[in-house]
Amino acid sequence: MAKVVVVTSGKGGVGKTTSSAALGAALAQRNEKTVVVDFDVGLRNLDLVMGAERRVVYDLVNVIQGDAKLTQAVIRDKRLDTLYLLPASQTRDKDSLTPEGVERVMNELKEQFDWIICDSPAGIERGATLAMRHADVAVVVTNPEVSSVRDSDRIIGLLDAKTEKAERGERMEKHLLLTRYDPARAERGDMLKVDDVLEILSIPLLGIVPESMDVLKASNIGAPVTLADSRSAPALAYLDAARRLAGETVPMTIPGEKRGIFGKIFGRRAA
Amino acid sequence: MSIFSLFRKQTSAPVARERLQVLLAHERASVGQSDLVAILREEILAVIAKHVEIDDERVSVKMERGEHVTTLEVDIEIPVTVTIRAA
Ligand SMILES: Nc1ncnc2c1ncn2[C@@H]1O[C@H](COP(=O)(O)OP(=O)(O)O)[C@@H](O)[C@H]1O
Ligand SMILES: [Mg+2]
Repeated sequence: MAKVVVVTSGKGGVGKTTSSAALGAALAQRNEKTVVVDFDVGLRNLDLVMGAERRVVYDLVNVIQGDAKLTQAVIRDKRLDTLYLLPASQTRDKDSLTPEGVERVMNELKEQFDWIICDSPAGIERGATLAMRHADVAVVVTNPEVSSVRDSDRIIGLLDAKTEKAERGERMEKHLLLTRYDPARAERGDMLKVDDVLEILSIPLLGIVPESMDVLKASNIGAPVTLADSRSAPALAYLDAARRLAGETVPMTIPGEKRGIFGKIFGRRAA
Repeated sequence: MSIFSLFRKQTSAPVARERLQVLLAHERASVGQSDLVAILREEILAVIAKHVEIDDERVSVKMERGEHVTTLEVDIEIPVTVTIRAA
């Protein structure tokens, strides 16, 4: 059974695209056939972060408008043959995403993949609501910062109201992915702590991704961070998060806190 | 109060946490209210439409939160011809 995951946040620049690529690659590394779908019509970036920008021929809007078949638009990753990308278009017309078109594409993807990761655009408008519409699970990407937490709260409200699952009266499964977490600042008391955010948003924690240069380096070379350097701190965080998403129980590590001898060795290499 | 707290530097995270808790409690309640306004609007419209013919667009329902009470403002325009006939 295919599982549809939406990576969403409300606020822009919090790490949705980074997380979509990293979680998608991490799930594909588990040998599960995964496609990452870019819903950010007009501002596509997932192709760049995944290093496939020169291979885009057709996109999501082409498929929706019937100008291309799904198989023509989906790009297979050069490094992992279980990882695929469905790029967004650069068209400025956001109305080109129709609810019927998106539904048809999602149904077709569900027949072919184990995981469908939907990278949501920022905001609470059409693009964001269409990206979450068919989700079974939501990953709410939040930075430990007031405006991001507030926007995540809005998005949680939408997930509970505007999705197919919610409309059927079912509970939408939601997970918090705390990104760009800076342990030193949290320790000094100048950044919201993990517990603060969890208490305010009251959804279960999927993972904590530290603020790290490794994310920037990975995007520079066009590789999901879990593929660029699978031993880096953010990669380890995303790999664990993907395992939790797949239903495994993995102990949570807060970046910067002692992890035992094993963690220390790898932690130092990753720093 | 401990003597050490005099030396501890003031941190900003607890302020952020406090502000968020107050704000979100308020916002979560008002999201529910915008739904309430929509429901009220529809039902008020239905009741009036039973007796006079009115234009959907000419009905406005607003809710305003004051410090002590919340007021509901209903504004309905009824065309003159209809009122005369009804009267
Ligand atoms: N954990 C992190 N550490 C450092 N930089 C990050 C991290 N996560 C994201 N970034 C950077 O933040 C910026 C926005 O990330 P992006 O994934 O595009 O966000 P969104 O899709 O939510 O707009 C990018 O420049 C990205 O490299
Ligand atoms: Mg993005």
